[in-house]
This record gives sequence, C-alpha cells and structure tokens, in this order.
Amino acid sequence: MAVASRSKVVASFDEAVRDIPDGATIAFAGFADIGMPANLIRALAKQGAKDLICVSNRTGGADVPPETADIGLLTERGQVRKVICAFTAPTRRSQKLRFARYHEAGLVEAEICPQGTLAERLRAAGAGIPAFYTPTAVGTELAEGKEIREFNGRKYLLEYALPVDYAFIRAYRADAFGNLQYRRSQRNFNPIMAMAAKTVLAEVEEEILPVGAIDPDQIHTPGVFVHRMVKVPPPPEGLWPHIDRLPRK
Amino acid sequence: MSTEARGLTRQQMCDRLAMEFADGWIVNLGVGIPTLCSNFDFGERQVIFHSENGVIGYGPLAPRGAEDPHLTNAGAQHVTLNPGAAIIHHADAFAMIRSGRIDATVLGAYEVAQNGDFANWRMLGQKGGGIGGAMDLAVGARHVFIVMEHTTRDNRPRLVKSCALPLTAPGVVTLVATNFGLFEPTGEGFLLREIAAGIELAEVRTTVGAELIAPPDLRPIRLRAS
Repeated sequence: MAVASRSKVVASFDEAVRDIPDGATIAFAGFADIGMPANLIRALAKQGAKDLICVSNRTGGADVPPETADIGLLTERGQVRKVICAFTAPTRRSQKLRFARYHEAGLVEAEICPQGTLAERLRAAGAGIPAFYTPTAVGTELAEGKEIREFNGRKYLLEYALPVDYAFIRAYRADAFGNLQYRRSQRNFNPIMAMAAKTVLAEVEEEILPVGAIDPDQIHTPGVFVHRMVKVPPPPEGLWPHIDRLPRK
Repeated sequence: MSTEARGLTRQQMCDRLAMEFADGWIVNLGVGIPTLCSNFDFGERQVIFHSENGVIGYGPLAPRGAEDPHLTNAGAQHVTLNPGAAIIHHADAFAMIRSGRIDATVLGAYEVAQNGDFANWRMLGQKGGGIGGAMDLAVGARHVFIVMEHTTRDNRPRLVKSCALPLTAPGVVTLVATNFGLFEPTGEGFLLREIAAGIELAEVRTTVGAELIAPPDLRPIRLRAS
C-alpha cells in the first residue's frame, strides 16, 4: 500500500489560499528571492484576508516594481496587522521599502527579531519546545523586559517559540504526497517554517512526481508536514522571482 | 575635507582583515563591504566561507551568465560552491554561529566604541531597523572584526568613547579596519596598530572620538601576508 492514497496537489494558487481567515499568522519562506512563495503571496493578495501577522526574514524587497508579490504588496493592500522580521526598515537611506511607509505612519506593527533567534523560534515551535535561552541580543535594547538567566557564567535571554497557522513555502521538487526537496540556498527557512505551521502550502518548481519517486534518504521536508501543493506554471503566468533577479546577460 | 576615499580603498581595508584569517578558519562575511574579504588571495591557507542562508564553503562570484539561480550567499551575491561545500537550513546555519563554530565574522558598522561595543542595525532617527544575522554573529563568532569608513559623511567620528546608536552587541569587537588604519579597542581607547599610507597621525587623532594610543614604533599598514 502506498503511503498516500490521495494527492495533495491542488489545481490553483487561488484554491490553495481560499480558506485563509482574517487574523491568521503566516510564515513566508525565502531568502534573497530564492525559495520565496511569490505565487501563493499573489493569490493571498487577491483573496484579501486581513489583520494578518506575517513572519519572514524581511518585509519585502527594496526598490522593487509596484506589483512585486511580497509582504510589501500585502501591506499596500491593507492586509497586514503586524510583521515579525529580522529587517523592518531599509538598510540604506537611499532605499525605498514599501512596508516602511506604512510602518512609519503607524498603520502596521513590527517586531524586529534577530535572524538566528527568528529561525530558532520557528524551529522550537516545530520541535515541541515552548521557549529557549539564547546569548543573542543580551545587552541590547531588544533584551528590555525579557528574562535573563546565567548559565556557566554567561548571560542568556529567554525567547519563546513562534508557532504559525500557515507556512507558505517553495520547493524545487515534490512527489504527490508532499515529500519535498530544495535546491542549493533555496532551503533557507523552508524546512523550519513547514514544521512550525499547522497548515503548509507549497509551490513547486518542477512537475510533481508520483508518490515514492523521490528516494527517502533525499527528502528535506517529509510529506507528513505538507498539506497543499501547486506546480508553478512557466512565466509569465507563474512567478519566478529568483530567475527575474539574475543579472541580464 | 571629507575623510572618505582617502587612505585605504575598501578592498585594501578588507585585505588587511582577511590577512588575520588563519588556515582552516570558518568565516562569515557581512553584507556590503565585508564581502570583499573573499577576494583576498589566501595562498596555501584554506578559509571556509559560511553564510546565514545555509551555505558552507562557497567560492568566488559566479561569472556573468553562469549564475545558479538557486544559489546566493547571505549578501545576495551569486557565488559558486567550492568542492566539499554543503547546504543546511537556516536554523542549523545559526546553530553553527551560536555554538562557536565560526572563527571570525567581518561586519560593517555605524559606530564602534573603545570597549568593543558596536552599532550597526538602526540609523539615527529611523523607525525599525535591519538586524539580519548581525546580533547572532556578534555573540557567536570567536573574533568580531569591523570594516567601515573612518568617519561619517559629515565627518563625525565612528570610533567613539561610547555608542550613541542602539547596540548590536556589547564588548565584542577585537579589530577595526578603516580607510585610515587598523585599530584595536582596548577599553581605554583605540590602539592604532597600523596607519594607512598618506595619512598623518595628527589627522587620525582629530578624527577618532576617543583616546588614541599610538605606539612609538607605529607601523604602516601591511597588505600582504608575510
């Protein structure tokens, strides 16, 4: 008997995001446009869920074209209540960040979180660990109001796990049960966000394979964590931000 | 007269710090100027570059037209993989950082204080900021090196008694390269270990916002390992 009798492949991104309610906490994977679920984000912008809490490395790209599908777009559409990110402002004065305008105007909240702490909070959530101590940010303004404890003569901060309702992820290859493989630095936040979420939506770059077509030793995110998958169509119908960012030949 | 673009070039500042990397070191380079450290010719020394997005052992920048669309370092540069490279996920990349596996990190900064504090995540008057992996690297790496322009654009010192901007980490910086030279925070001030060609000691003194300690046998900057 095969592991899965039912495929998790859904026909469209619109269908994949249809039931996302107002107020959901959603983790968005990706780093430097690679492994970023841009098609799912675009569908969510169209679907219109509001009051979202968005968890991601950054709040969207700087100096990007107007319709770029990232947290900046969701912010412009009035869908975002709060972000939890390692970057919440431009890193250069010359840069324009869509999110920053709304944040500066007090229309959205931002919780800034060191990238390693963000990754570990997600990992902990997916590992059944409610909180942990980290040396990161001790002695900075981020430590204000947080519990400090000393272990072996060194100070550590208490940080809490960050469970999410949904994770939007992007994989290179999948089988119909949702076993996923990433390619190169596409892996980044994808596996830990998948494990931190109740419901995982994956966009997949290659044709989705029959169940069992990926060697079990070569699977990065097991299908038990994945609920819905959509194959990314070729451009221009599908979004391929990591290809678009390549320098023009 | 602006102190920018005098003394060392950005590449030379990075070369001087890269000379400190020992054989076998695992090194993480911050976004921007620090990435230039990987251009240094390490000769026989093996230096392994680690990046926060889970790449261990990346190599030179990919030639134009031959970029792998699925591969960048944490500075979003399209790099190549050296033989023996490995890929891990984000939580494991930071597990390596916090658990002391990173021998050195080179980061940019707005300010460094004489006690080794530094600030690099929020500009003056800004709401929010950009921490990225800097706070984790600052407490996890065995050596924290800073590379930055010697003064701000309006000629205020970046080497200071105490940081005015919010800290990235307290007391961690061991070495700073600016276009004026190589500095070591000592607690009481900055020890000028080497000075850039064409820069007078008197000018370094007036552009450091803390005590400057100059050894009697002040050496010019070294730019090649010897």
